[in-house]
Amino acid sequence: MEVEAAKMIGAGIACIALAGAGLGIGNIFGSYLSAAMRNPSAAQKQFPNLLLGFALAEATGLFGLVVALIILFAF
Amino acid sequence: MSQFEVYSIGPKIQIGSFDLSFTNSSLFMVLTVSVISLFFIAATQKKSLVPNKMQLIAEMAFEFVSKMISETAGKDARPYFPFILSLFLFVLVANLLGMLPYSFTVTSHIIVTFALAFFIFVGVTLVGFARHGISYLKLFVPSGVPIFLLPLIIVIEVISYLSRPVSLSVRLFANMMAGHTMLKVFGGFVVSLGILGGWLPLGFAVALTGLELLVAFIQAYVFAILTCIYLNDALNLHH
Repeated sequence: MEVEAAKMIGAGIACIALAGAGLGIGNIFGSYLSAAMRNPSAAQKQFPNLLLGFALAEATGLFGLVVALIILFAF
Repeated sequence: MSQFEVYSIGPKIQIGSFDLSFTNSSLFMVLTVSVISLFFIAATQKKSLVPNKMQLIAEMAFEFVSKMISETAGKDARPYFPFILSLFLFVLVANLLGMLPYSFTVTSHIIVTFALAFFIFVGVTLVGFARHGISYLKLFVPSGVPIFLLPLIIVIEVISYLSRPVSLSVRLFANMMAGHTMLKVFGGFVVSLGILGGWLPLGFAVALTGLELLVAFIQAYVFAILTCIYLNDALNLHH
């Protein structure tokens, strides 16, 4: 196989990381909503934690993007 | 892409093998710092008990960071408040200035964010050793772990500790770069689809700009709060 083609396939495979990021972000917001519906008075206090969890989960998907970019442009 | 290009403006300064010319990246860093300083100087010019709008915003930023530190790192982190506040404001204003069309995003370059994260890492480690001495190494030994698992756990803890500057810097850099690249891609769609089909990607681009403003704030917040969490580990050994 040509190296160029292999690079493209590798970069595409690196995007599977998005599945994990999607799961994580969905889980965080879903859990937050269901918990907030049960106890709305405590919801406001946990909002910073929601943002923190969102950013941490989103970052894992972007690590995949960085791997894809390294495969495409750095080698 | 042209928006990520770093080029030198003004005379070329070369010291040894290092190119120390003033670049557009340095220009925007100077701009960021001057925007923050000018805003805070102007906001605290006429101090009153009932604040006007500018003073209110300045007080809100101050209180926001102050609350964040006391909630995550406790009372002992009080002396580090100026550092965390300037860190938060620098990242926030750099992100927001990058959202202006034709401007340059300082934080979309890994070397800038890595320099920030590496100094935080070194500083936090020094604080930890200065406060606890050699027993700071207890950070790597969580309590309540069975003794036969300890060799594995210690290795994992050390690796996760050492990867802190990398994950901290790559998170900010990748978020900013991915956001701006996504806007560029949708902008390209608008141009290529023309006047008939270009309205849909244009709407997406507007929505994404809103999302990017949110991300700019969230990433600055996360950068600052993770610094607080690392500081908390160094100041109060909970294990």
